[in-house]
Amino acid sequence: MIVDLRSTGGAAIALAAVPVDSVGAEERAAFFAKRSVKQQSKLDLLYLAIRMMDLTTLEGADTPARVRQMCNKARQPAAPALTEALSKIAGFRPIPAVAAVCVYPLLVPHAVKALQGSGVHVASVATSFPSGQTSLATRLVDVHEAVDAGADEIDMVINRGAFLAGEYQQVFDEIAAVRDACGAAHLKVILETGELGSLDRVRLASDLAIAAGAHFIKTSTGKIQPAATPPVTLVMLQAIADHYRKTGERIGMKPAGGIRTAKQAIAYLCMLYETLGSAWMTPDLYRFGASALLNDVLRQIFKQYTGRYYYDKGYSLD
Amino acid sequence: MTEYLATTHASKPAPAAGFVLDYAPSIESHKIVQIPARHELFIGGKWTPPTAGRYFASVNPATDEVLSQIADADAADVDAAVRAARSAYERRWSKLSGRERGRYLFRIARLIQERSRELAVLESIDNGKPIRESRDVDLPLVAAHFFYYAGWADKLDYAVPGRKVAPLGVAGQVIPWNFPLLMAAWKIAPALACGNTVVLKPAEQTPLTALKLMEIFEEAGLPPGVVNLVTGAGAAGAALVSHPLVSKVAFTGSTEVGKTIARSLAGTGKRLTLELGGKSAHIVFEDAAIDQAVEGVVNGIYFNQGHVCCAGSRLLLEESVSALFLDKLQARMRQLRVGNPLDKNTDIGAINSKPELEKIRRLIELGKSEGAHYFEPENTRLPDKGNFLRPCYFSDVAASHTVSRVEVFGPVLAISTFRTPAEAVAKANDTPYGLAAGIWSEKGSKIHKVAAGLRAGVIWANTYNQFDPSSPFGGYGESGFGREGGRHGLLAYLEVQA
Repeated sequence: MIVDLRSTGGAAIALAAVPVDSVGAEERAAFFAKRSVKQQSKLDLLYLAIRMMDLTTLEGADTPARVRQMCNKARQPAAPALTEALSKIAGFRPIPAVAAVCVYPLLVPHAVKALQGSGVHVASVATSFPSGQTSLATRLVDVHEAVDAGADEIDMVINRGAFLAGEYQQVFDEIAAVRDACGAAHLKVILETGELGSLDRVRLASDLAIAAGAHFIKTSTGKIQPAATPPVTLVMLQAIADHYRKTGERIGMKPAGGIRTAKQAIAYLCMLYETLGSAWMTPDLYRFGASALLNDVLRQIFKQYTGRYYYDKGYSLD
Repeated sequence: MTEYLATTHASKPAPAAGFVLDYAPSIESHKIVQIPARHELFIGGKWTPPTAGRYFASVNPATDEVLSQIADADAADVDAAVRAARSAYERRWSKLSGRERGRYLFRIARLIQERSRELAVLESIDNGKPIRESRDVDLPLVAAHFFYYAGWADKLDYAVPGRKVAPLGVAGQVIPWNFPLLMAAWKIAPALACGNTVVLKPAEQTPLTALKLMEIFEEAGLPPGVVNLVTGAGAAGAALVSHPLVSKVAFTGSTEVGKTIARSLAGTGKRLTLELGGKSAHIVFEDAAIDQAVEGVVNGIYFNQGHVCCAGSRLLLEESVSALFLDKLQARMRQLRVGNPLDKNTDIGAINSKPELEKIRRLIELGKSEGAHYFEPENTRLPDKGNFLRPCYFSDVAASHTVSRVEVFGPVLAISTFRTPAEAVAKANDTPYGLAAGIWSEKGSKIHKVAAGLRAGVIWANTYNQFDPSSPFGGYGESGFGREGGRHGLLAYLEVQA
């Protein structure tokens, strides 16, 4: 199938649908969990995972205080007592800050203030997250407000209704419009793969989002199950690889939701490394959308240094 | 810095200051395995020294170190083993009910599962295959084979509807070094289920897991003489297949030896099945899921160092996707890790022996001199010692090139292109072999049409190297005859009465 599109400037874009064999993709995706990462390699990946993390809170019950608490965790992932315990270890490297916090637009100002000078980015889910079921005008207002409030990364959702109805031009135009509205902010396009129904569609949606100007493509909102899975992530990485082959342009990737353990994160990073290579092993091109993951990574870092686990209450909850 | 991907775009981006992930060695402990300094023959349930007192060395192909001294059986030893098997057949095994035979086989299958880690480590040490493969592929299949044929043992009356069946007698089985334990299971399980007794001769390069299997048979209480094992080289194999008390010969190995056996058995009335070499083709159409096809092709040829009789050693690419496919294949090959078979991160282990390594190298040189385009991943690191080889391919091969005709039995892929389905089928069939084939297309009707035209015993669509004990396996032409696995696999070990 060829999807014929017109860019905002009117240029014709022919997007060839790339078929995906789901059995093969699942088998390959499962392989990376068999990589056995140990010693220094493991420690390096755990540190990298922290630097790639988008610490996220997206609840109806979110409050400025809750966001401030999370921002504190984002700046300084290890609680002071844990930091002190760690700093006594020979060769210990300080725990880095995470990549970004990800909040609703109304909470962006609080995050911006709390993170001033930290280098931690503020991402916001705009575009009537998580369903996206409002008019484009409303969604663009959402984006403008988030950007104006200081968000430098926008996580948008695609219009799944339009996508599943085959209205690819509409989906394309909306992504392009959001990209335009982002200005200097980086755009992550959420495909909500759990609602797309097949890996073929995941691939098509990835190609569509990239063609429309996504800086990053992202699996999920976290509100729909399944969220990020290894096969979905692999297929999206392959779309990124093919785009790089054709254009030399590097698109970023963000699996989000469902990644809770350091072990999972390591398997995802092995997949990234073996699919796209070392150039993508940076927070500029890969993020984890997660909240529970951070403490498990810290737990494993402590274990890696000392051979034992720090007591469970030593990790702060935020 | 590890870059797998190439970009065809004019303005190449500056290489990013990337992160190098160098998997630290993750070595499976070999402490679980005790390898005795010397191994005797297993005849009539007893560990028996060879009459001539000769031994040969079994070598670890990854380190060149000697693992153990192995008894070298001569004709007298083989005779003793066959007589023990005949006696066990007449007195005991053929008289047991199917259900009782099944009980032994179930017990053996469970013991194999219990000791699978030990067996997997030993297999990787003796054979050179990556522990990931022996652990995740070989051993589960070995146990599954015994389980499967255990289930048949009391149902043989239904194997051939309307006919009575009977066992044949003593089966003389000669197996190769590429899947030592799995081939032993493929041979022994159906033979025993059908009521035959066995004399097994494992390959001289890789006898250790078969010897360990005899320990498991002892532990399972299998009656003495039901399975006997003679170790040795070609002479022992020849003595076994020509022994007058052997009723059935099953051989897996090279086409050359298979032909010799077929000639020597002509007119003797012995039953024979041969599972020989191959030069199997992958056919990749432009409408295939290319990323998954690349994965399947890599698995098809680089699995087990290419020491696979059904290896997809020829790749036929539809011209319109050949450039993209080769680009992706190269990127994928740069990720393959060659090294210590016991490292859990090793993708390609050691070539099984020095002579085999030299043979493959000779064929690679021949391929280069015949003019095909050669590629090997430049970044692949090889260990300093042991028998290691980079995975490689030849593209632009002609059907007349040696690398597209002879079985290399190593990590060497021969690639050519085609324009139409008919041309693909003609090229795939342009071989004296006919063991397996792979078809890659997302179009079902095309897969069925092409499959119907292929002369191969096993045809996989959108996958490769899938094995299951319930599925028959075997070839056409110079790939041999007879089927192993499934209900078909029983027929090789049964007399079907009128």
